[in-house]
Amino acid sequence: MKNFKIEMQGVKKSFGSKDVLRNVNLDVKKGESLVIIGGSGTGKSVTIKTILGLIKPDAGKILVDGQDVTNLGGNDRDEYLKKFGMLFQGGALFDSMTIWENVAFGLTQGQKMSKKEAYPIAIEKLEAVGLKESIAQHYPAELSGGMQKRVSLARAIARNPEIIFFDEPTTGLDPIMADVINDLIRKCVSELGATAVSITHDMASVRKIADSVAMIYEGEIIWHGPIEKLDNSGNEYVDQFINGRAEGPVKF
Amino acid sequence: MFLIDPILNVCERLGRRLLMLFSIVGRLVMFAFHALRDVLVPPYYPKLIGQQFINIGYYSLTVVGLTALFSGMVLALQSYTGFARFNAESAIANVVVLSITRELAPVLAGLMVAGRIGASIAAEIGTMRVTEQIDAMTTLSVNPFQYLIAPRVLAGTLMLPVLVFIADIIGVFGGFIVGVYVLDFNPYTYIQQTWDFVQAMDVISGLVKAAVFGFIVTLMGCYCGYNSGRGAQGVGAATTNAVVSASILILIFNYILTQVFFS
Repeated sequence: MKNFKIEMQGVKKSFGSKDVLRNVNLDVKKGESLVIIGGSGTGKSVTIKTILGLIKPDAGKILVDGQDVTNLGGNDRDEYLKKFGMLFQGGALFDSMTIWENVAFGLTQGQKMSKKEAYPIAIEKLEAVGLKESIAQHYPAELSGGMQKRVSLARAIARNPEIIFFDEPTTGLDPIMADVINDLIRKCVSELGATAVSITHDMASVRKIADSVAMIYEGEIIWHGPIEKLDNSGNEYVDQFINGRAEGPVKF
Repeated sequence: MFLIDPILNVCERLGRRLLMLFSIVGRLVMFAFHALRDVLVPPYYPKLIGQQFINIGYYSLTVVGLTALFSGMVLALQSYTGFARFNAESAIANVVVLSITRELAPVLAGLMVAGRIGASIAAEIGTMRVTEQIDAMTTLSVNPFQYLIAPRVLAGTLMLPVLVFIADIIGVFGGFIVGVYVLDFNPYTYIQQTWDFVQAMDVISGLVKAAVFGFIVTLMGCYCGYNSGRGAQGVGAATTNAVVSASILILIFNYILTQVFFS
């Protein structure tokens, strides 16, 4: 039996006349941290969103734990989503709720846990990302960008997910805060024993959090291998990307 | 040949517009069914529903009340100028109460609420869409239709009739003030004439209209916000579309409902 947590087979998606995913084939092993790299608009976010079911693919199959989840709906989908946590690019914190209510949202609203039970879990998760209980009653708008990212990370891990997605976790942060977030991602993933899929174009982040790397270009995975082989991939697209060269096969 | 091409072009453009219209109407109807189903199906969020009742009902009271008051007042004044020519001043109380309960209170309240509530719903849900808060909600196993849309649509549909009932009373009172203090009517006769003339059906038809308008306003606010385009511009367009489409739909449905009730 294969030990894959997520399998994407021939996934296609277009918006209008624009083919965003042409043919995505990607396997993620259980417990590994995969980073998908690629330029802006190449389909990285759409890939993640199709796995979560936020976007329905036009063709292809998505398997999670060997189960076909391509067309899940209703309660099955809510149940399925409990396996996941996601850190959104802009944080996507609910601005009408306090910090701790944000972190506990999946517990109190998604699983109907009482506030009394959920509060200590929220505080524990906030502490896991290096934040103090004193900010629990604040609103997201009162925090800096880096702190919002951390709160968002705490929310993503609040339900002890088996799979965590990170959508450009370090974008918009200063290099030090970016490194703090990278460390936290590493720590949270290993403590939970979770499978992680991140998308980023920040190479420092890739080297810090990846076990394996996949590169997406024009809606297809063109290279997939362990992080150790990234510098000797033998793929000129990957070489151009990781070295940040304007000249090469990738055209912008 | 040079005549056929432009005609074909016009046909093509018309056809494309028509197809687009059908697809929008189709999506809107699906959205409405989805919203209605999720009003009925658990889980329910009583606290959120309560908040929306207060937001839509209580906080719109001033705007709707003032609109009704001045509409009733101006109605009395205008109909006096007209009716005095035919010595029919005694009909003013009837005109005021009929116009207010059947038409003015529901339509004006609907339009005011479209501006106040429809716009704010579209802006709020649109911002949540643009900042990925709606996606975040879904990944946390909470259905945004049940959490965001159902409470708003339910509150709009139930609260607008309450607002309109209050507007009926305030509007008639506005007519009474002008009748008695400006036009020197006997207050007792004015009230008597109002009471004698108004029928339950006048008020009920207005309240049914109000429920339909409340549904339209909140539904269009939610629909436009939920399908908002990207960025500040997308949210701005969603807000405008919510108010404009709700206002036009209110006027169209007002005609249809009047036809159903009174023909």
